[in-house]
Amino acid sequence: MSTKIDKTFIRPYGDTMNDGRMQISFSMPVKADESGKEAARQLLKQMGLDEIEICYIADLSEGFAHIVAYGNTSAFVDLTKIQVKTVDTDVMTMEETDEFVEQHLGRKITIIGACIESDAHTVGIDAILNMKGYNHRYGLERYKWFNTVNMGAQVLSEDLLAKAREMNADAILVSQIVTQKNIHVKNLTRLIEMAEAEGLRDKMLFICGGPRINHDLAIELGYDAGFGAGSYSTDVASFIVTKLANK
Amino acid sequence: MLHLTIPQDKIDSARGFAKQITHSLEELLNSYSSVTIERTVLRLLGIDGALEDGTPIPNYIVDQLKSKNALDKGVAYWISNAIVYTGLSAQEVANSVKDGKLELTQIAQQPTTEVIKVMNDLTQKMIDHIKQQRAARESYFAKYGPRNTPSLYVIVATGNIYEDVLQAKAAAKQGADIIAVIRSTAQSLLDYVPYGATTEGFGGTFATQENFRIMRKALDEVGAEINKYISLTNYASGLCMPEIAAMGAMERLDLMLNDAMYGILFRDINPQRTLLDQYFSRMINAVAGIEIQTGEDNYLTTSDAIEKAYTVTASQLINESFALLSGVSPEKMGIGHAFEIDPCIENSFSYELSHALLTKTLFPHSPIKYMPPTKHVTGNIFEAYIINAMFNMVAQMTGQGVQLLGMLTEAVHTPHLADRALAIDNAKYVFNAVKDFSSEITIDKEGFINKRAEAVLDEAISFLKRVAEQGLFNALEKGEFANIKRAQTSGKGFEGVFRKSEDYINPFMDKIKQELNLD
Repeated sequence: MSTKIDKTFIRPYGDTMNDGRMQISFSMPVKADESGKEAARQLLKQMGLDEIEICYIADLSEGFAHIVAYGNTSAFVDLTKIQVKTVDTDVMTMEETDEFVEQHLGRKITIIGACIESDAHTVGIDAILNMKGYNHRYGLERYKWFNTVNMGAQVLSEDLLAKAREMNADAILVSQIVTQKNIHVKNLTRLIEMAEAEGLRDKMLFICGGPRINHDLAIELGYDAGFGAGSYSTDVASFIVTKLANK
Repeated sequence: MLHLTIPQDKIDSARGFAKQITHSLEELLNSYSSVTIERTVLRLLGIDGALEDGTPIPNYIVDQLKSKNALDKGVAYWISNAIVYTGLSAQEVANSVKDGKLELTQIAQQPTTEVIKVMNDLTQKMIDHIKQQRAARESYFAKYGPRNTPSLYVIVATGNIYEDVLQAKAAAKQGADIIAVIRSTAQSLLDYVPYGATTEGFGGTFATQENFRIMRKALDEVGAEINKYISLTNYASGLCMPEIAAMGAMERLDLMLNDAMYGILFRDINPQRTLLDQYFSRMINAVAGIEIQTGEDNYLTTSDAIEKAYTVTASQLINESFALLSGVSPEKMGIGHAFEIDPCIENSFSYELSHALLTKTLFPHSPIKYMPPTKHVTGNIFEAYIINAMFNMVAQMTGQGVQLLGMLTEAVHTPHLADRALAIDNAKYVFNAVKDFSSEITIDKEGFINKRAEAVLDEAISFLKRVAEQGLFNALEKGEFANIKRAQTSGKGFEGVFRKSEDYINPFMDKIKQELNLD
């Protein structure tokens, strides 16, 4: 690698620093022939790419073609000006978290999880909550100092909040996997608005998770934290106990 | 030849326990009915349509009879009685009820022989129609040739049936054998089937009879263009299981996801309701020649695919046993399983091969339904593509019947046009590359693959034995299945289960039982 990287001026890297080389794959209603390639080329040109190479075009039938292309972008980013909101609590192991709760909170923490509204996909909430866990990290059900309830799929917001009230929950975990037409945003908004109306919003932590969710979006929607793809039970558990201890 | 060496007495013993489990439910299956079974009867009598507010007419009539405490006789009687009295058709009677011009329970009791005759004629008419659809399917296959094995199964899920048609046609031309129209995500919990063509859905398109018709027509058209019969499938599951089966039978769907216990475990639908509904829906599928498919993949997406492999085997055997009770022949049972082992595990391919061979060994005549990797596919489209190739290789080597193609964009979005085409290319390449490979290799009887399969079967046997001893409902209540506890009288749709009266009639169930030689 070259000795110096100018962090204020960064482009994609193909095989030479800042060459801006990118791969692009898409389909279009064009013929898989020279005219189709030219259409793709002109599109990529308008996107600001140079040195365009349409390396593959194939007929998808019904008048569509699949295109794979490479091109150089002249766009760049300044890494010194990047700001993202992330969950910034230190991540602890299950044992450390249990110890932390014992020392700093001294009582069992009640956590209620659900896939809310229309969402029927429990894979996310299960990965975080189930005893078994995911990728060598046990789920929250296994934590000694957690009292965890997994309400499963298609739980109505009102039912989740009723349960939270009944059990005097410390944290609510909501998973949203289906994101077609931004249904996840609608569902999450509905829950938080109901929680506010019922005066529950500030009584417990509201945390959401899912492949299209990040901390930024979660904060924007009025949640305490959001966990996207690649998050583990340990991230969520550490956040909950640290936040509760600081309250 | 690639085959396992497993003692037949073990296989027999597993089947025996499964039979013990399902046969202990005969009292429930014979003495009870449900609101969706009655709505199915109405649909089969030829009643369709909806009220202004979207309530389907079958729901309206069943709810009305229920409120008059008249449902336990069965809807067929009330409609037939009204037909004799008014001289109207079934649909006209239904419309009059909808418009408030007719009150079924207020009509004087008509001569029994006439009522029975009307009922039998309408039943025969619909059974004839369903058998014609079955014959049409068979003649298409005779004309164009049989379905490929493994069949290439892809999904369309835009939410808009007309957009689905475009994608389905493209997929058919790319080589797909079976098109599944994924349902809108919440449909399984709707206690009614929406009416008419739909253009909005979440994560899928509503299953409606009109949508079935639109897609069937499109696939017949594209089939004529490419000289191939394109199969269509949907989901007879959730709270409207038999209604959807009936709609599929009428509109010539070819396969139906139709699991006996999926709704109980993964949708919290009442156990009694689910078992009753699957019993009738599978009869309808059987008489219509529709291939049912079971949903064992769900056990693995929620649990570890190695540790819980035996739950798949156990569920397969229970599903088979229930299907036999409904008259489904083994050739029409698409027993399910999935390729869901963590790709980081050493020898994961051997495990997958072992599990897939076990399924094939237990169900040699079944067009086994093989589900693709999803749990460990997380957005790295390049990795997904290679895992899918391994999945395709196992399928071809072990003779799976229906291959649900894995998408490289699993966990990213519902498949785009190019995603589907790439999945088909992947399968075609791998299937072709290892076409006859397995006929030249053998499995070491003492090796890992054979021993692993036998160990899974052993675990399944002891599990099935435990369930058989305590009974299915007790086992469900204790959370024996998928660690999920389900009580016999809780869950969605329990209020729709009722005990039949002495004079209850479901002419379709009676007729289908006759057709299928069930007692």
